[in-house]
Amino acid sequence: MILYSISTAYNRGILSLFLGLSLCCAGCDEIWNDPNPANQTNEVIMYTDFSERPKFLDPAKSYAAAESRFIGQIYEPPLQYHYLLRPYQLEPLLATQMPSMSYYDAHNVLLAENAEPTQIAYTVYEITIKPGVLYQNHPAFSKNAQGEFLYHQLSQQQLHHVQEINDFPIQQTREVTADDFAYQIKRLAQPALNSPILGLMSKHIVGLDEFSQILFADFNHLPEKMREMGYMDLRPYTFPGVEVVDKYTYRIKVIGKYPQFPYWLAMNFFAPMPWEAEQFYAQEGLIKKNIILDWYPVGTGPYVLAVNNPNRQMVLARNPNFRAEYYPTEGMPEDVDVGLLAPAGKRLPFLDKIVFNLEKESIPRWTKFLQGYYDLSSVGSDNFQQAMVINNNSASLAPELKNKGIKVYSTISESIFYWGFNMLDPVVGGYEDKNRALRQALAIAMDTEEFIAIFLNEQGIAAQGPIPPGIEGYQSGKEGVNPYVYTWKDNQPLRLPLEHARELLAQAGYPDGRDAQTGEQLVLHYDVITTGDPVEKARFAWMQKQLNKLNIDLNIRATDTNRFREKMSTGYAQIFSWGWSADYPDPENFLFLLYGPNSRVGTEGVNSANYQNPVYDKLYEQLQNLDAGPQKDQIITQMLAIIRADSPWVWGFYPQAYSLAQVWNGALKPNEVASNTYKYYTIDAQTRATLRKQWNRPILWPLLLAVLGMLLLCLPMAVVYWRKNKQVHHLRVKEE
Amino acid sequence: MMPFKIDILWTDAVFFVLLASIFILIFFQRKQMKHARWTQVFKNKVGMSSAVVLFFYLCIAFLDSLHFRPELSQRLPNQETLYATQVESVLDLILSPLDVQMETTYAAPFATTSFAEEPHLVQGQVVYDFEPLRYTAEHIPPDTPTLTEISHIMRAALPLTGLLTAVTLVVIFFLVTLGSPTRIKALFIRIIRPAPRGVCWRTFMITWVLMLFLCTTLYYLSRHYHIFGTDKIGQDVFYQAVKSIRTGVMIGTLTTLVMLPFALLMGTLAGYFRGVIDDVIQYTYMTLSSIPGILLIAASVLILEVFMNQHAQWFASTAARADARLFALCVILGLTSWTSLCRLIRAETLKLRELDYVLAAQALGVRNLMIILKHIFPNLLHIILITIVLDFSGLVLAEAVLSYIGVGVDPSMQSFGNMINSARLELAREPTVWWPLAAAFIFMFVLVLAANLFADTVRDALDPRKAG
Amino acid sequence: MWAYIIRRILYAIPILIGVNLLTFLLFFVVNTPQDMAVVHLGDRYVTQEAIDRWIVTNGYDKPTFYNPKAQGIDKISDTLFYQQSMRLFTFNFGTSDTGREIGHDISERMWPSLALAIPSLLLGLGLNVMLALLMVLFRGTQIDTWGVTICVALMSISGLFFIITGQYVLAKLFKWVPISGYESGLSAIKFLALPVLVSVIAGIGSGVRWYRTLFLEEINKDYVRTARAKGLSDIAILFKHVLKNALIPILTGVVVLIPSLFLGSLLLESFFAIPGLGSYTIDAIRAQDFAIVRSMVFLGSVLYILGLLLTDISYTLVDPRVRLN
Repeated sequence: MILYSISTAYNRGILSLFLGLSLCCAGCDEIWNDPNPANQTNEVIMYTDFSERPKFLDPAKSYAAAESRFIGQIYEPPLQYHYLLRPYQLEPLLATQMPSMSYYDAHNVLLAENAEPTQIAYTVYEITIKPGVLYQNHPAFSKNAQGEFLYHQLSQQQLHHVQEINDFPIQQTREVTADDFAYQIKRLAQPALNSPILGLMSKHIVGLDEFSQILFADFNHLPEKMREMGYMDLRPYTFPGVEVVDKYTYRIKVIGKYPQFPYWLAMNFFAPMPWEAEQFYAQEGLIKKNIILDWYPVGTGPYVLAVNNPNRQMVLARNPNFRAEYYPTEGMPEDVDVGLLAPAGKRLPFLDKIVFNLEKESIPRWTKFLQGYYDLSSVGSDNFQQAMVINNNSASLAPELKNKGIKVYSTISESIFYWGFNMLDPVVGGYEDKNRALRQALAIAMDTEEFIAIFLNEQGIAAQGPIPPGIEGYQSGKEGVNPYVYTWKDNQPLRLPLEHARELLAQAGYPDGRDAQTGEQLVLHYDVITTGDPVEKARFAWMQKQLNKLNIDLNIRATDTNRFREKMSTGYAQIFSWGWSADYPDPENFLFLLYGPNSRVGTEGVNSANYQNPVYDKLYEQLQNLDAGPQKDQIITQMLAIIRADSPWVWGFYPQAYSLAQVWNGALKPNEVASNTYKYYTIDAQTRATLRKQWNRPILWPLLLAVLGMLLLCLPMAVVYWRKNKQVHHLRVKEE
Repeated sequence: MMPFKIDILWTDAVFFVLLASIFILIFFQRKQMKHARWTQVFKNKVGMSSAVVLFFYLCIAFLDSLHFRPELSQRLPNQETLYATQVESVLDLILSPLDVQMETTYAAPFATTSFAEEPHLVQGQVVYDFEPLRYTAEHIPPDTPTLTEISHIMRAALPLTGLLTAVTLVVIFFLVTLGSPTRIKALFIRIIRPAPRGVCWRTFMITWVLMLFLCTTLYYLSRHYHIFGTDKIGQDVFYQAVKSIRTGVMIGTLTTLVMLPFALLMGTLAGYFRGVIDDVIQYTYMTLSSIPGILLIAASVLILEVFMNQHAQWFASTAARADARLFALCVILGLTSWTSLCRLIRAETLKLRELDYVLAAQALGVRNLMIILKHIFPNLLHIILITIVLDFSGLVLAEAVLSYIGVGVDPSMQSFGNMINSARLELAREPTVWWPLAAAFIFMFVLVLAANLFADTVRDALDPRKAG
Repeated sequence: MWAYIIRRILYAIPILIGVNLLTFLLFFVVNTPQDMAVVHLGDRYVTQEAIDRWIVTNGYDKPTFYNPKAQGIDKISDTLFYQQSMRLFTFNFGTSDTGREIGHDISERMWPSLALAIPSLLLGLGLNVMLALLMVLFRGTQIDTWGVTICVALMSISGLFFIITGQYVLAKLFKWVPISGYESGLSAIKFLALPVLVSVIAGIGSGVRWYRTLFLEEINKDYVRTARAKGLSDIAILFKHVLKNALIPILTGVVVLIPSLFLGSLLLESFFAIPGLGSYTIDAIRAQDFAIVRSMVFLGSVLYILGLLLTDISYTLVDPRVRLN
């Protein structure tokens, strides 16, 4: 005991000595570990990270969330989602008002607004855009006094000085016209661009399919050079699906009735694209330097891409040409209390710059966030497990984060993660009662709640069907429960007992997990993508454990993405996991995942389970033409009942998207469908500077300790050396 | 009828062949052994103790390679016996029930309650609390201080240690002395008073007893506690670390074994015949060795995946799949690393073929094949032995890196690489989950350190430059 | 000598063709044009028609090795292999899956790799040589024995541990340096300090041992005995004679490494988010961007051959007795 107290006193003495020393040394007020360069100007900069390199920044190609984070701030489609209102609502962005709709029959005769859906052959959307909207400054627009383009025919000498887009001295702008919107729609069919939605849009926009065939034929007749650059001048082409009425008005003609079409108008695929930009970028010298439209966007949004280094950093800077746009004045009642309406009516955007740093490893990302070097952490739930602790019935922030004033924003994302059964498979597929029983038994055994607890830290909701909350057709409470997996007890869904699953398994012909005929053990196969993600191993083991509960063996066939895709397309997969995040907040965008003609095998469609049910398909076709309302709800309920009974999926869960924000961030509201929300964010740079300093004082005593240790190490060396020398000397003396 | 069916996986088969050939070699060489240069290894204290440690690792790998499938209960009358699809090993049997996942999620080493609060129902209400761990609760009386309990267990392990020590030592001494009383006497004298240039029997004794003590204690402790805690899904980390040993040992040994015939054949052919054969072989290994190794491995592993996908019906269970991948990985690693050994052998053969007796044999008209077999191969043995032991540790370390890049062993397989890879994320948790990383570190470090030290002594013993 | 160099370069050509053929075969088995198309087109609404169209527009519809339809030399050159692989010889690497010029990316990412590799190499070399000299100075004592033991222990630790603990302790706990990141110019120092330190420490084990053997071999030579007989002190012998004579193998050992420095370190760069060629390669492997991987394989082979050539030349430069033939 005495020894103990002495040693602690001694330790304390040493500690304070070192602390004193380290305090004395110069530069203790300095932060050593700031990964951001010093901010010389007085700009308000937000720092955040990105983990996945964006692939395409061309609005005709870009589809991934990793990309829309950037181009959502740069390009602007005609419509957008309201920042604050829920459920999600569309509002005009570049358009002056919501597009007007008119219906026509097969003979192009105008129909009344309440016409029967079966009568409607075409719908025409007319969009009027705001006048005076300017593009960002860009060399593609630069003209000399004669009105000729300065940089559309670059000489070798001009190219020599150009390393990036900002190296062009003269950058001009131009007003956005309806032609630019039409031009972009034509680009969707451009063969070299390979727009991901061409296939889907060809089914909806009149004439787009034929138009893409024409373009493809013409493209193949282009000279080799042009083909390699992938450039086509689309101005001379027209097609019936798009019509420019005047400078500010254009029309899009859609096949039949497609009430979901306005949602697409809120996506970047329909943002305006100036033809000058395409022509400008179609120069070999620029392509060689990676100066391409895919990497240097030309948009109208609040920000321009100031630095584009996907290897390290992307910087968005304020667009000086951005028109006057204001913070919404309307919100949900709860928004007022958290201060979300404080900036109401102020001019957007608030931040001067947004710096995105590439962070692929989660530990550095997390550490930098804790050190205050990132204002927002925006990565998915997997990397945020460390942040949450579970206290008294609910997940909340870890105390360490709470002390720092970090806020957590979470919302159920409009997406679903599920385990699907390949319905073509002889074992897990099929539509007979025993097939159904097997799938239902498996659905009971897969303890989704445990999965959410372990892998998502409770940040998700076990799914009862394909439609997540917040979307029409989702039912909470007792009515919304999937009766094949859950019962309703104590006001919450309760997973059916395993005994029930075992009974179902016996009905399916596998009593106790053994084939009733042959007695062999049932082995199922789980086809899954492996990416080297460290969590995978645990996930696979978890899956095996779930099926082991029913005495079923699970063989994990993990492969890379390409092989997985191949398996899915050939219908070889058995059980697989899949996710879907909505393009737009409409039940149609979830229910079509089980629509027969969308089947994966054969058509490469989105119905990855290859589920076929004629009754369901018929209902889906009815649903497509319906506007929101009780009739639609009723059809959805019918459809849900069918697929729950068939259970082509284990419904999985709706993940909760959540982001963490430092105390110096202004109030923000997570919005799962809008990608252009950075313009609403604010930052208190003053507080940030002080807190960062407070949080990052280097701990110096180990350094001193290390130096001291080295010196101590030298001591025995000196002793040995001295002894040795003496020995040699001794010997010499002896010899003499 | 046996209640199980022996299942020999690919790597098992090759590993058994390796062990068998070592035994045969020792058996037939036991006459010359006294004078063989490599026995010098055991006259070195470090060499002896690292050899013992390696032997224990090999034993664990061996136990983990004895695979079988238990019989399934008879369901229908007059049916042929059926066996489970899941493959188990003798090691699993010994360590059972650790192989079954016990807890829900993380638990700290020697903890008795869960690491985080867990939900459970109390009178219809969900309450979050630190739950007692299922595994420890079964084996530990509640409210015993951990340290007391641990010392209890360790004391309980002592008799077994003693018994094992006695049995194994008797067997070993009998094998060494073949029961001759004079030899036994000589041996005991050497244990008590080691001869300066003799085999280090005393070091052997000490290391042997220490390792046995360690094994039995860990085994006893693992009956009651999660020695290294549990991982994310509640699986025992100690079990994972022990299971990882086999993967490491397999990669370390099989890789060299797989590439050996290639390198030996190509190297001697090139060195002995020279001319066009030499040019072609040199061209082949120059081309292969100029490709950055890791890229070649990555490409080959990706191809392997394509292949395994096209023939998925060959791999009925996860274990078979993982094992096939491990074996293929060994082949790939071997094929990408055979070039250096091939070069060495070629150079040595070039030298050997100029030796007098080889020239004389050629002059006498002895067939080339005979010359190679009789005169060249035996003189290449030391190079091969050195390569095998030197490469071992490097390969074990390489496995970890490959797993990090995502082209390592199957993700469902226990390996040091997979352990490190998943553990590195856990360091970022608050409070830190450090034990999976620590367990992987300790088990891997001891293995690689022993291998390195052993390799050093082997090289010192066999390197002709040091022989004089 | 020039004749020798030219001959060596000519020798390299068939090797590089072999490398190209091998990588082409390897990667086209794994990554068929169909796969590439799907990667480009995304997964959500892709159609077989779009895939076929992508294959045609990107020139992947050509025959693999031999085009019987073409005329003359085009029979060989108008093929996938020629178009995809042979252009590498002119260092025209083509574009990656993300549509960027690989050549441009490589020339940009080379610098951070060098900024990490050169200081690591030099510091490591200096430290290793110094420690090895110290150990040789104390040969036969406990210090030497312990030194060797520590070296072996260091060698037995996976590099991953050094990186993980380095980041955790120095950057996270002590807050001495940013945990990861990179900046060009002078401010790179604070980002590079930790990775350089880690790579130096990870290299100590094998490095010191290697140099120690080198020095020990040297110290047993006759001239050292003579020098000692003359009464020179141990330190003087070590620095004046042993180090000077051991410099030749040390330098030639370093020369062979120089070209490969460009390729960067796979692990360090990806852990520390240094945008060099090492992390470029790892990302490409993980994202299965085979155009990049193929380019890096080719570049790696070229640099390897270059390294061998440089070593041979440096041998003749430092030791005139060695003649190239």
